[in-house]
Amino acid sequence: MTKMNLLEAVNSALDTAMEVDNRVICLGEDIGQFGGVFRATSRLQEKYGKQRCFNTPITEQGIVGFSIGLAAQGSVPIAEIQFADYIFPAFDQIVNEAAKFRYRSGDQFDCGGLTIRAPYGGGISGGLYHSQSPEAYFCHTPGLKVVIPSTAYQAKGLLLSAIRDPDPVIFFEPKAIYRAEIGDVPTEDYEIPLGVAEIISEGTDITILGWGAQMRQINRAVAIAKKDGISCEVIDLRSLLPWDIETVTNSVNKTGRLIVTHEAPRTGGFSGEIAATIQENCFLALESPIMRVTGLDTPFPLIFEKEYLPDYTKVYEAIKKSVSF
Amino acid sequence: MTAASSLTGVPKFTQHKDLVIPTLSILNHDGLLRKGLEMPALSQSMAQKIYRDMVYIRTLDQRMIAAQRQGRLSFYLSCTGEEAAVVGSIAGFSNKDMVMSQYREQAALRFRGFTSKQFMNQLLSNDLDLGKGRQMPIHYGSSKLNYMTISSTLATQIPQAAGYAYGQKLSGNKTCTVCYFGDGAASEGDFHAGLNMAAVTNCPVVFIVRNNGYAISTPTSEQFLGDGIAPRGVGYGISAIRVDGNDALAVYTASVAARKLALENNQPVILETMSYRLGAHSTSDDPSSYRSVSEEKSWHDKDPIVRMKTWLISNGWWSEDKDNQLITAYRKEILEALKAQEKRPPPSINCLISDVYKTPPTHLLEQFSELQKHIKQYPDHYLQCSTSDKGVSLPASIDV
Repeated sequence: MTKMNLLEAVNSALDTAMEVDNRVICLGEDIGQFGGVFRATSRLQEKYGKQRCFNTPITEQGIVGFSIGLAAQGSVPIAEIQFADYIFPAFDQIVNEAAKFRYRSGDQFDCGGLTIRAPYGGGISGGLYHSQSPEAYFCHTPGLKVVIPSTAYQAKGLLLSAIRDPDPVIFFEPKAIYRAEIGDVPTEDYEIPLGVAEIISEGTDITILGWGAQMRQINRAVAIAKKDGISCEVIDLRSLLPWDIETVTNSVNKTGRLIVTHEAPRTGGFSGEIAATIQENCFLALESPIMRVTGLDTPFPLIFEKEYLPDYTKVYEAIKKSVSF
Repeated sequence: MTAASSLTGVPKFTQHKDLVIPTLSILNHDGLLRKGLEMPALSQSMAQKIYRDMVYIRTLDQRMIAAQRQGRLSFYLSCTGEEAAVVGSIAGFSNKDMVMSQYREQAALRFRGFTSKQFMNQLLSNDLDLGKGRQMPIHYGSSKLNYMTISSTLATQIPQAAGYAYGQKLSGNKTCTVCYFGDGAASEGDFHAGLNMAAVTNCPVVFIVRNNGYAISTPTSEQFLGDGIAPRGVGYGISAIRVDGNDALAVYTASVAARKLALENNQPVILETMSYRLGAHSTSDDPSSYRSVSEEKSWHDKDPIVRMKTWLISNGWWSEDKDNQLITAYRKEILEALKAQEKRPPPSINCLISDVYKTPPTHLLEQFSELQKHIKQYPDHYLQCSTSDKGVSLPASIDV
């Protein structure tokens, strides 16, 4: 075990993956010698050479298209999209190509070796184009897997699973907590299974569900609620597609209440999908309406970022509202 | 200023006319070697194979368009007019090279050995379709023949071909990727992304752009302004060549040279075949609404099959008798295959959910289970799947 921040854990996962499998290739904008704008790929080119870790031109559709071909050939590409906000030029390659590659060929070809990494989320004064949380767009696409870690330990274990998963995975990294989130991380190789949520703390009164950077807001809100005598069960979803319906269902059947929170705008956000599924599964157990604490239905703001974000104060208020319904 | 640029004191603009790429031509319109040219290195057996596959595809196209009109298939898209561009080019590659094509290059698949029955299985979405009944007719693919399954999305295969070729380079197996697309697809962002990626990563990929005059109804004059597509390759630092696409010998010669260049130097190459889409875009459009009969006639007069046949006969490698026998045999083979394969059942209903992921996730299995119950409830409404339960089986873990 070593103390690492989330960014170092990502770097450690990439290093481990490249070391044990020489088919693993990292590519993206500025990821070579420079190590990426956040330094997630630091020292990888030095260690594994320019053929396996290299800069690409500024073309997200080119990076993803190239990586799909590389994966179909049998390599294991890890493509970095510099900011999740810039993933949209690659939307067609991801949604129409990567997601459908195996299906449309009758399993003659696949690009399962593909992993796309992208830092996402607000909290860094990034305005419209360095702050977005686009996970819901991809969760609407059968054939993809979508994963978001919230801790350094999760980041390494989930990323190693994503790289080795037989299906294409989009791995969104919470950049606001890249350095703030520090924890014990094994230096050796380990995997955390995809599609399985983690119960962070058990409770009896209400279930609070989130992922990524939002977990810090949840934990803070829950600590305040505890002083009010409210016992919260906190679940970190970790994988959004497929998501762990069973764990959330069991929890809500026990607590009777659910709050789902994410930074992305509310309308069409992934919390809506979760709320719909849980009311189908837990209708008779529910004591209050399932609540969503989310960003507003606006583009991501700059000067009013604090007001926009669903921080711990908003989560705490939602907890009070739900338990007193 | 760039490394190769020189200084000038005059504000001179470079025009697109300053880079005009010549067209390689070996056979003239009458099917004779152009004066002063030697015969290209092409064996009798290869020349005959190229010709036979061109004739096969013309026959298949004619028969399948008729079958579509009879309602036996939903859709079809022909290669007619571009047989030399496709067969002549694929003949210049190894069967181990990966092909990533658009949707008008079925002749390349035939060249690799795709059978009449296999064409029919895909066109009819039956239980033997390698694509398991998931894509519209003409979206073929065969891993055995190193022919990547086609998708309808235009130009997406271009950056993918660069990536595939990069993997081939790293593996050191001395193979390359052949990437086909049309003049219209070259307007997509993926064309530019793919060419640039291939160039800077030194990939052994040969891009073959079929310039056939039209993208559905839009003529090339409304698609781009410059001198065709090939000069764009030069802009990306890619070696470019243009050939008369109705001249199988020129296409073959250029393709052999392009493959050599790509593999020996680890570099991309772009090859533009100048031809004409003699048929409609697909069975869903009528070209008489966007082009003239006289224009079409001028290209019928340059028919690549007639030209190749004339040359083969003049060379003593073919005869009218053999030609008639060949066409008769192909017609019979295709008709028999159509009749036989259209009697086959559809794929298993399991193919609805298999291969979305390597292993179907729980939520999908639950949805499928609900669907199966519903189908059982309305068997007459879902006749197709209640009469077929053969096909691809799901992993043992799936109990539905």
